[in-house]
Amino acid sequence: MHRLAAFWESSVGKKAVMAVTGIVGVLFVIGHMVGNLQVFQGAERLNAYGHLLHGPLNELIWGARVVLLVAVVLHMVAAWQLTMRSRAARPVPYAVRTPQVSTLASRTLRWGGVLLLAFLVYHLLDLTIGAVNPAFEEGNVYGNLLGSLQRPLIAVFYIVAMGALALHLYHGAWSSLRTLGVAPESPSPLKRRVAVAIAVIVAVGFAVVPVAVILGIVR
Amino acid sequence: MSHDDTMQITVRVWRQPGPAAGGALVSYDVPGVSPEMSFLEMLDVLNERLTERGELPIAFDHDCREGICGMCGLMINGVAHGPEKATTTCQLHMRSFRNGDVITVEPWRATAFPVLADLVVDRRALDRIIASGGFISAPTGGAPDGNAIPVPKPAADQAMDAAACIGCGACVAACPNGSASLFTAAKISHLGLLPQGQAERFRRALSMVQQMDLEHFGSCTLYGECQEACPKEISIDTITRMNGDFLRAAAQPPVREAATGSI
Ligand code: HEM
Ligand code: FES
Repeated sequence: MHRLAAFWESSVGKKAVMAVTGIVGVLFVIGHMVGNLQVFQGAERLNAYGHLLHGPLNELIWGARVVLLVAVVLHMVAAWQLTMRSRAARPVPYAVRTPQVSTLASRTLRWGGVLLLAFLVYHLLDLTIGAVNPAFEEGNVYGNLLGSLQRPLIAVFYIVAMGALALHLYHGAWSSLRTLGVAPESPSPLKRRVAVAIAVIVAVGFAVVPVAVILGIVR
Repeated sequence: MSHDDTMQITVRVWRQPGPAAGGALVSYDVPGVSPEMSFLEMLDVLNERLTERGELPIAFDHDCREGICGMCGLMINGVAHGPEKATTTCQLHMRSFRNGDVITVEPWRATAFPVLADLVVDRRALDRIIASGGFISAPTGGAPDGNAIPVPKPAADQAMDAAACIGCGACVAACPNGSASLFTAAKISHLGLLPQGQAERFRRALSMVQQMDLEHFGSCTLYGECQEACPKEISIDTITRMNGDFLRAAAQPPVREAATGSI
């Protein structure tokens, strides 16, 4: 126990927890995105997928929910604590400060993370619990999705959140492997190829759904 | 060089009489600056004038003025060591600026680097990180033959690149988190890559990271600013190596250390 506490206390240990929980998130969003694309195969197909998950695979889903909840909480707590430490490490700011190579993605991890958290809460209330979805009907995945995303403001919120996710992953999918000490050495370590692909594929894969609903392609 | 080549520069310098005193940016006009002057020579000229006027000269750190000792280091227009890549402040020349420029000069800013006066900060926190694990155990006795221990060429090269760190603290200054990860990682890599550094490799990673945290440096987000600011161009690959060593060390069962020596 003492060693676990020391690990969590250390900045490198805490950051490793963020990396592992972040990677859990990345794997989840890839799976979720692929699942969502069945919306283009029609209501029956998507609803059948929903019934598969909540029927025969119910235990699996609950297991995944527990893992994801733990991951999100650890990720958030570590993000908060590391942010506070970093603030405390430079209480007097520079009068002039000119970023050289840090990306927009890296500099928006924290506020982008807050946006993602807000999105996460809304999204669960919208399509899992149904509390903020006027058209909600248990088991009618397709109908619930249409009911929500046919409101342009909500669709735009979903699309903006996916932009934030893309930025978060553009940095995170790259940095996590360095945080875990497993990235190969590179003559230009700031270059990233796989992370760009993950960020773009995930964000576009999610965002096509609200776009298609607004354009009336999915009805 | 003709008289026309000289420039008129304005510097806005952080003035702070002592560690506990308040400070502020103060503007000084510096006429007659030659492009061949180094940045520190420009400050020398300014200091001479301040002394003649009976004012206190600006305190700044420097020693070798050859880019090798790591004593100098200023935040120049928001960039650690100024606008030239792979260049310490002492090796920066005024030809990198233009006539009429207004240049803001600030000390390294970090909780772990308290300002002593003006542009001078206390960087002993870095020494304490070294003391916590930046060494190897070597047997006493006659010096061993240099060629007795084979070192693979790639390891020798990488260790040499990491050993180029002069401990100036620019990585901390440039990091938005005020992290000393690049410094600590350079020291961990430089020893951990070599056969002589293996005995303490994992204990070193644990204790140097712990010391880094105790000194109130921030954590690493991998912004990359440190690597860009480093006058010796040390790569953030060293940080990947430090993290790997730390995590492997944390996963190992703790070693019960026997007291050395005889009773
Ligand atoms: C719940 C809201 C979230 C917050 C508040 C948040 C916050 C953050 C912050 C502040 C960082 C940077 C940590 C640092 O280096 O100092 C980060 C990194 C990261 N995030 Fe998030 N994030 C959130 C959600 C997510 C989600 C949903 C995913 C995955 C889809 C994710 C994946 C990652 C990854 C992979 C990293 C990189 C970790 C590393 O480099 O070690 N995050 N997050
Ligand atoms: S004075 Fe020695 S490195 Fe600049």
